[in-house]
This record gives sequence, C-alpha cells and structure tokens, in this order.
Amino acid sequence: MSLSNLDVQKVALLARLAMNEAEIADARIQLSGIFDLIAEMQAVDTRNITPMSHAQDVCQRLREDKVTSSDQRELFQSISPQAEAGLYLVPQVIE
Amino acid sequence: MLNSSLAQLGTALRTKKISSVELTQLYLDRIAALNPSLNAFITTNPEFSLKQARAADELLSNGKEQNLTGIPVAQKDIFCAKGWRTSCGSKMLENFIAPYDAHVIEQFNNAGAVNLGKTNMDEFAMGSSNETSYFGAVKNPWDLNTVPGGSSGGSAAAVAARMCAASTGTDTGGSIRQPASLCGISGIKPTYGTVSRYGMIAFASSLDQAGPMARSAEDLALLLNVMTGFDERDSTSLQRDKENYTRDLIKPLNGLRIGLPKEFFAEGLSNDVAECVSTAIAEYKKLGATIVDISLPNSKLSVPVYYVLAPAEASSNLSRYDGVRYGYRAPEYSDLADMYEKTRAQGFGAEVKRRIMIGTYVLSHGYYDAYYLQAQKIRRLIAQDFSEAFKQCDVIMGPTSPSTAFNLGEKDNDPVQMYLSDIHTIAVNLAGLPGMSIPCGFDHNKRPVGLQIIGNYFAEAQMLNVAHQYQQVTDSHNHAPQNLGL
Repeated sequence: MSLSNLDVQKVALLARLAMNEAEIADARIQLSGIFDLIAEMQAVDTRNITPMSHAQDVCQRLREDKVTSSDQRELFQSISPQAEAGLYLVPQVIE
Repeated sequence: MLNSSLAQLGTALRTKKISSVELTQLYLDRIAALNPSLNAFITTNPEFSLKQARAADELLSNGKEQNLTGIPVAQKDIFCAKGWRTSCGSKMLENFIAPYDAHVIEQFNNAGAVNLGKTNMDEFAMGSSNETSYFGAVKNPWDLNTVPGGSSGGSAAAVAARMCAASTGTDTGGSIRQPASLCGISGIKPTYGTVSRYGMIAFASSLDQAGPMARSAEDLALLLNVMTGFDERDSTSLQRDKENYTRDLIKPLNGLRIGLPKEFFAEGLSNDVAECVSTAIAEYKKLGATIVDISLPNSKLSVPVYYVLAPAEASSNLSRYDGVRYGYRAPEYSDLADMYEKTRAQGFGAEVKRRIMIGTYVLSHGYYDAYYLQAQKIRRLIAQDFSEAFKQCDVIMGPTSPSTAFNLGEKDNDPVQMYLSDIHTIAVNLAGLPGMSIPCGFDHNKRPVGLQIIGNYFAEAQMLNVAHQYQQVTDSHNHAPQNLGL
C-alpha cells in the first residue's frame, strides 16, 4: 500500500507530532513498507469470527466505590514541567 | 560467587559466607567496570542499593529472611521504583523520578531483595535490538559488535555478563524471550494477567506482561514466586491462588508430549539455529519425551496482526506524554497545540513515532474495520490454533528467534526486517500464553541459540520443570561470555 505525503501529514496532526517535509517523506516510505506487511492479513476470511480484544476472556472486576489512596498532589506536581498554586501551567487557550 | 545460582547465593547469605552488603558491592563494582563497554544499565544508585542490602543483612541475622532476601536484582527501566529515575529508555522520561513503586518492585522489596539498578531497554519497549534506546545501544556480552536483542536487552546482557544475580523484563511481542535467546540466558513470560502491570509503563496493554530473566529455570521459578500474585490495581490481574513454581522442577519427563509446529521450522530459519534446536529435541527424547508434529496455520499472520494491534494500543497509551503533568516539555512553543506537537516530536525517538503513527492511522475514521477489527479477528484464529495444538501435546517447542544475535546497525534502518525477527514469539503474546527461552547451544560464531518452550495457560510450573530437566543434563546455560573476567 502506498501512502501519500498528505496521508502522513494528517496522521502526524492526529498524533500531535510536529514533522518537517523531509521527515514526512521519510515516514511515508517506511510506513508504506510496514502497511505492505500488514496487508497480508486482508486476504483472510474472517466472517463469523468474534474479535478477540483480550488474552483472557474474563469480565472486568467490579470494586467497592471507596477511597483507596490519599492526596499526593504536591508529590505528583513536584515532577511536572510547570506547576503553580496546585495547578499545572500550560499556554493560555482562552482569551 | 558470580556464577552461583540464586539458591546457592541464598545459602551463602544464610550461612554468613557473604553478607548482602558484600554481595551487592561485588556486583556494583562489576557494573562500574563493565558498563562503560556494555551499556546494560541506565541508572545505578549505590547508596540506595547498599541501604537495602544492610536492611537485608538485618533480616538475615534475625532469621526473618525469605528465599531472595539480600539478593541483588536488576530492574528493567520500565518499572517505576520510588525515588529512582524511571526513563523507559526515552528522552521523554529522561528526568522522571518515579513517585511510587510498581507492584513488581513492591514484591521484590517485600521479599528483601536488593534493587541493583535500572537496566537499559528499547525506548518504551519498542524494538528487538535495544538500539532504539535514547541512552544508546546495549552491546551483547558474547560479541560486542552484536545486539543483545530487545526490548529487555539491558536485563539480558546484565545477567549474561554476571552484572547482577537476576533481572526483570517485560514481553509484549518477545521482549523477554528474544534477548534471553540472543544473550544465552533463560527467561519466562508468564500467562497474561499473572504478574501485575501496576507501575509498569504501558506499551500495548492487552499484550504487556512482566517476567524474570536469569541463568537457569530453577532461578526463574524462585523469581516468579516473588513477582506473581493478584493486585487489584491492575484491572487485568487474575485472581488466583499463589503458586509455588518450584514444585514440579524435579519431576521426570517420561511421557511428556512435545509439539513441534512445522511453521517454526520453515524457510528463514538459520541452519545453526535449526541444528541446535534439533539437538535439544533429541535430548528431550532421551529424557523420555515423545514428539508430535503439529501445525499453527495462522502463526505466519502474527507479525502483521501484531503490528496493527500493538501500535494501536501504544498510540492510545502514549497520548499521555503531552508535556503537562510530567516528563519532557519542549523549551519553546507558540501555543498549546504547538507545545504538544513539539514536546512529542522532540521527546520521542524515531521508532516510537513510527508506531504511534501506525496506530493512529489504523484507528482513524474509515480504517478501523479493515485494520483493527480484522486484526482482532485473526488474533482469535491464532489463539484457536494453540488450543487445538494443546489437545495433542503438553508443550510446544521451537526456536525463539530465527537467527542468533545480529550485528549492531544491521537492521536498524529497515523496520520490516527488524519486526520479522520476532516471528516466533509474537503469536504467544497474542494468545496470552506463557512462553520461555532457554539456551540450547551456540552457532558457528559462538553466539548463543535459544530454545523456545510454549505452555498452555497457567502451565508455568510444568514449563519450568521441562526446562530444568534439560538443564540437569546439558550445560549451555552454564557457559559465560569470555574476556569479561569470569
């Protein structure tokens, strides 16, 4: 399968990855090769097969709705790129 | 001491032949001497390790020790360990100090083991050669021009070079078994859900599973006893009674039925690997096993299926790295979207970006059914092949990797060739089965060959028995790389 530069550009936008033109051209070649490999599975007849989303067919557990850990805001914010007064700081998005 | 088994080390510690502090220092000195050439460790913290060793010595002198008390274990840098840098091999987490312990780390701490340091790995566990690490490639101790395999390459190299008594790894598509094979050590990926994923940095959540890496099956059993167990913080952790994985080690193998899938011995397999595996199978016949020819007809599709499912899950899991709450943030940006895009472009390496893009594409509008859903359906066919096979045999054997260690740089510009090096391991993850690799000889360049043993769900004790009996009558697992002062 061959992807276009525009396809790659769209995917980069969705994935929030800044890419310049040279990187897009490189990615197009490598991704096309990978999608050629992936295309092998298209020939398989999978009608009436239930998709397998997980290794074990078990139900998700339910648990009691109770507090299990204490507030660790200071500890967790101590490793953030920018925090102030208990808030994570990011560039302004609302005028 | 460096060549002792975990059981022997335990005895030496209990009988005061050596203290945990002395043993830990011995390994720390060895790491200091060898790491500049092997690059197996990303972070060591001698002060922390020795503090744990002193606490272990205290337990030992009070008679309160467990099997692994005082034994220095290296941890793959994918496990959060409180106060330790936990980088996952990425620039994104280069300065991330974990604020809590992963369940695996807690289990080792509760057993009184010593955390010897964090081992190098492919970035976010995405790789088969350990060349995608932001901290540089790991060298294979058997031949410094070759790769150790990946993604748990640092953990495998560290065990092979006797820089630790044992180590941990994680296996999403072969990341414990393939490096174990390429470095001539033993490693087991247990049944999905057996070891908690809490605090283990996520790659592909429906496939990720942690396991131990060591020099023998007996050592693996002792490590698995510590690592496994139900943990309510992992929603896929299985509620099962605690097992003793050493219980069946000494059982004879009379009547064991070994399935050999014809697909594992097809073209693409190196002659040396095929020969070593055949010799190992012959050894099993001498031990009383019978051979059954089986087929896993859909296993050839495991690589394409995996490269849809794993990147899809990864693109979702890695969306959390946005430069807001922790990890890297780009130094310059114009607005919020620009901050996300530059942070991720600068913080992730090429292979990680490639997989995020594959995942984003296959999950995007209009392609979901053709890729993701189709892959999930074939995943079921692959799992069904195994259940059919296990009606005829007790364990499945074959090569772990189609070749021995390849040269550094040989495949790093060709992602498809790199992906195909996991062709024999990936199907096991898709099915959620346990799989292991043990050394079974050397190729003409004296590079180790690994034998893969695949068991049915929860058959770890049986697989360890099968591996242990082989290791009682053969000595591949006792060989050590030359020229490393052993």
